[in-house]
Amino acid sequence: MNDQILPSDLKYTREHEWIKIEGREGLIGITDYAQSQLGDVVYVELPTPGTTFAQADTFGVVESVKAVSDLYMPIGGQVVAKNDTLLDNPEKINENPYGNGWIIKIEVDTEYNTDDLLDAEQYEKLVNDLHP
Amino acid sequence: MVDFAGWEMPVQYEGLIPEHEAVRNAVGMFDVSHMGEFIIDGHDSTEFLQYTLTNDVSRLKVGRSQYSLLCNEDGGVIDDCMLYRLEACKFLLVVNAANSDKDYPWIQSKARHYDVHVSDQTDSYALLAIQGPKATSSLQKLSKDDLKELRRTEIRAIEVCGHQCLVGRTGYTGEDGYEVFCMPSIADEIWASAIDQSVTPCGLGSRNTLRLEAGMALHGHEISETITPVEAGLNGVVAFTKEEFVGKRAIANILNSGTPNRLMGLVMMDRAVPRDGYVVYTSNGEGLVTSGTFSPTLERGIAMAYLPSQVQVGDNVSVVIRDKHWAAEIVELPFYSNVTKWRAK
Repeated sequence: MNDQILPSDLKYTREHEWIKIEGREGLIGITDYAQSQLGDVVYVELPTPGTTFAQADTFGVVESVKAVSDLYMPIGGQVVAKNDTLLDNPEKINENPYGNGWIIKIEVDTEYNTDDLLDAEQYEKLVNDLHP
Repeated sequence: MVDFAGWEMPVQYEGLIPEHEAVRNAVGMFDVSHMGEFIIDGHDSTEFLQYTLTNDVSRLKVGRSQYSLLCNEDGGVIDDCMLYRLEACKFLLVVNAANSDKDYPWIQSKARHYDVHVSDQTDSYALLAIQGPKATSSLQKLSKDDLKELRRTEIRAIEVCGHQCLVGRTGYTGEDGYEVFCMPSIADEIWASAIDQSVTPCGLGSRNTLRLEAGMALHGHEISETITPVEAGLNGVVAFTKEEFVGKRAIANILNSGTPNRLMGLVMMDRAVPRDGYVVYTSNGEGLVTSGTFSPTLERGIAMAYLPSQVQVGDNVSVVIRDKHWAAEIVELPFYSNVTKWRAK
């Protein structure tokens, strides 16, 4: 899995989400590895803006032809936007998982914790360990 | 790679949807060497198979194939299978990998009273399925024999890549195509030669979506030891005219009394994907999805489900997906058929 894209400015979860934290704002999606494992995404279930989730809560669902995957919050926060383009064009997640395939935008909790998140290097190791 | 009944198999090579579309629009190839192959021969082989399987072997000509079922005394389906008549008294029986280990002793136990020899030849055969509207032209490039001579459901010895193989014009995709039984030692060569002819390698993922669109049962889902052919809509491969076969009385009783549930097809109206085990609500009661997926051809969620027998084609039902009800409509099976296309050729 050496060909996966792993931007270094993101934080990653062990469940294959990424988050980009800028000030109070957090942009969330799934990793390139996750989209490649799922295959063609055909359906996305998104949360309503205004909903608040704790870290590790399920906030939505991504479905490919072969499987359903829950989406987990990398850190706690309130949903401020969802990527409605995905409802009709779920394939954006496959095409550009870190760009216009983003899933939700949150306002992060005032006291959030990134101790459980991985940096690009740690995440790469996690994925490589899954494919020895 | 996933473990499938002890065989390591890829779910996909390049991608499930492109592989699915290759089979629908061009040609794809599956390594299905995991399927179990039994050779049955001997003086009584026809009588033995008449008794052990549900379909009518007396109507199966040499060089032809027949879909059939292996049922228990209660009429439950132990396995479904393809029976190929190689010679007057010699048959090839192809069974599911996951059931092969229980099928073999079952068949052996039934064989005791007949002059018949049953041998498990699974390790002697690799099996490559080359499927799709361009299957004939692609496979023809690898063979000196004229494939046009091999009609649908036929099987015969055919040369592929210079090796003698058994080739059946059969498959599990709803498309025209071939199943090549060859020695394991030459499978790599045929596989690579087919890829050179632009045949797309396909994994288990598209094998499932293709068979589901074609409305074909998968053992462990639509059929099992506790489901009879009547509920599964497979009466067509149960020959009640035969004097005796395993499960006949039970199946005939169920056919007479009727079944509370029947296998039906549904298509999602909403953008949602039904999956195995999801509950279906109908105005006649609840049912259960046995196989569901997103159909690349219909671009909708589709499923086969056991529903109350009163449910009709055209009924509106709902599928419970993550605690929400999603609209679906009952449709005729199969979801997709290419029969007219290959008959015209």
